[in-house]
Amino acid sequence: MVNSRFTEYLVYIGNVALAILIGLALGALIIWLGGYDPVKAYTGLFETSFNPSDYYYFASTLSYATPVIFTGLTFAISSRAGIFNIGAEGQMYMGALGAVIVASMNLPSPLILPMALITGTLMGALWGLIAGLFRALRNVNEVVATIMLNWIAFWIIEYARNYGLGDPRRQEKTISMPIEGRLPLLVKNTELSMAFVIALVIAILVYIFMWRTKIGYYIRVLGAGVKTAKYAGIDPRIITLYVFIIGGALSGLGGALEICGRPPTYAITTAASNIAGFGFTGISVSLLGLNHPILIIPASVIIGGLLAGSRGMQIKAKVPLEMVMAVQGLIIIALSVPGFTFVYRRWRIKKALRGGESA
Amino acid sequence: MPELDLLGGVLIQSTWAMMPILLAALGEILTERSGVVNIGLEGIMLISALFSVFVADKTLNPWLGVLTAIGIGAFIGLIHGFISVYLKGNQIISGLGINTFAAGFVAYSIEVFWGVRGYYTPKPEAKVPRLPVIGVSPLFLATIAITIVLFIILYKFDIGLKIRACGENPEAADVVGVKVELMQLTSTIIGGALTGLAGAVLSIDWLASITKQLPAGRGFIALALVNFANWNPLYGLLGSFIFGFLWTASEYMKNLEYFTRAIPMPLINTIPYIATLIVVAGVIGRSRPPQSVGVPYRRELD
Repeated sequence: MVNSRFTEYLVYIGNVALAILIGLALGALIIWLGGYDPVKAYTGLFETSFNPSDYYYFASTLSYATPVIFTGLTFAISSRAGIFNIGAEGQMYMGALGAVIVASMNLPSPLILPMALITGTLMGALWGLIAGLFRALRNVNEVVATIMLNWIAFWIIEYARNYGLGDPRRQEKTISMPIEGRLPLLVKNTELSMAFVIALVIAILVYIFMWRTKIGYYIRVLGAGVKTAKYAGIDPRIITLYVFIIGGALSGLGGALEICGRPPTYAITTAASNIAGFGFTGISVSLLGLNHPILIIPASVIIGGLLAGSRGMQIKAKVPLEMVMAVQGLIIIALSVPGFTFVYRRWRIKKALRGGESA
Repeated sequence: MPELDLLGGVLIQSTWAMMPILLAALGEILTERSGVVNIGLEGIMLISALFSVFVADKTLNPWLGVLTAIGIGAFIGLIHGFISVYLKGNQIISGLGINTFAAGFVAYSIEVFWGVRGYYTPKPEAKVPRLPVIGVSPLFLATIAITIVLFIILYKFDIGLKIRACGENPEAADVVGVKVELMQLTSTIIGGALTGLAGAVLSIDWLASITKQLPAGRGFIALALVNFANWNPLYGLLGSFIFGFLWTASEYMKNLEYFTRAIPMPLINTIPYIATLIVVAGVIGRSRPPQSVGVPYRRELD
């Protein structure tokens, strides 16, 4: 029974559902301790994210799912290689900055959108590459390297907003993407643009890359262990660089798409407030999606719903919207435990062994 | 001599800047020596900082705030240790979860506790007083003492050998009768407590405020320092001074027109992070982590 792949999947889905429930339950406890009404809070949250009677809210959910698909893929690819690239945050900042630079350049209008996306992707890839070089050549812990680069990227975009790329009329944001460089909206009067469709296509392409190409295969072999990879004739350093470049490119593209595809500002706002947090949220998305490019899509919709509904929760129940971040943290902690069924199985084996000894 | 005054100021300030990084790194050195890795330092600092401000501000007693921070740190260490040691969870993921939770929880709690968004400054009475004459924080002396005590425990006492054995070769430790799991859990709890103290240094001693990004990456710089120090508390002391000095120096540069004309303000803020990367990249090839760090120890096959 345990050998069957289907049962394993059921166990995984059960674990994911359990982790989400634990996160929401402990979140409710914290909301209650804070003096708010948890029922009202969660009703507000779901009414403004998965409300069947108003498509606007679901479109909003999908618009939040878009960037975290990209950052989720970044984390997923690195996880598959046994590496923890938690630098999607900074890589996304650099991608967004790349798009803003293109927006400032007065290019001929058909060139703006492709140039913005390409520049953003390349700048994200560059940011990933730097982290990769530290990891591959100097053996610097990638967690440390990526977090340092996140902070550096943060101050670089703050610099860019204050010196040269700021909107001359509105201090609180950079130059906006001109109308010719914007992606069409999928649903009128919502924030959902073509960027979501691009995200879906990219997720499928990453799946094909990971399971149907040589490099993808090498990445997964590296995940089985550095020694394993070496025996298979793979240079772990080269594959590590691939992981960081591709991961950075994905988050960079995600950042550029935020500039080209998210109303109303089409720009980076003060302290990156409109893109901050998507990188770290990608970690929750990837973990909920079992680090699988296709499963990341439903996971991104769940997390996108939390993000989209956080404002409704704040308006209807006065609960500060950062609460959903805390819920995400609780879900991640719950997911770090290798499955409660696994613990149960272990306990059963232990019991059986003890019984055997005493007999 | 204004230059000398400036240097003196930078040195005194550096004693503050080095404390949170050093305390968190000391906690992590102990935790990793026992075989558990905890990358949730940033989150532990942040949550401890929050509660220490809350208690110190309510009671107007900074020492109660310090104790609270230590307690909260130990509690989160207990959770992480339990997941890592007994549930055999993924230690990196658990640490990431702690950081994510902290970022959301603290921003939420600042509003719940004080009804303000994003930023709170405690009353002056809630601040840890400075020592007379030398002008440093009493917690600085405590930090130096903790460094030396931790070094002596790890290298001169039987228990230190046992802890290090758990991180190097838990099977061997188990065979000679060391209670590996208990040793790892205790080390993780103490590591969390020291990181909690680091949080109190930030919120009621040095910076005397609480924001949702108070540690600003110091939890991760502490992780870098652990590598830099080759898991040795005394090297940690040296390294933390380098990091603390760089951090303080970059703050001072912002006040000097000479520097701000050469490097614009927002970019000066990148100096501590760039310096951390360069210092760590230059040294790390020679450091050696405990052999079994981060791998859950399983006694029986499953």
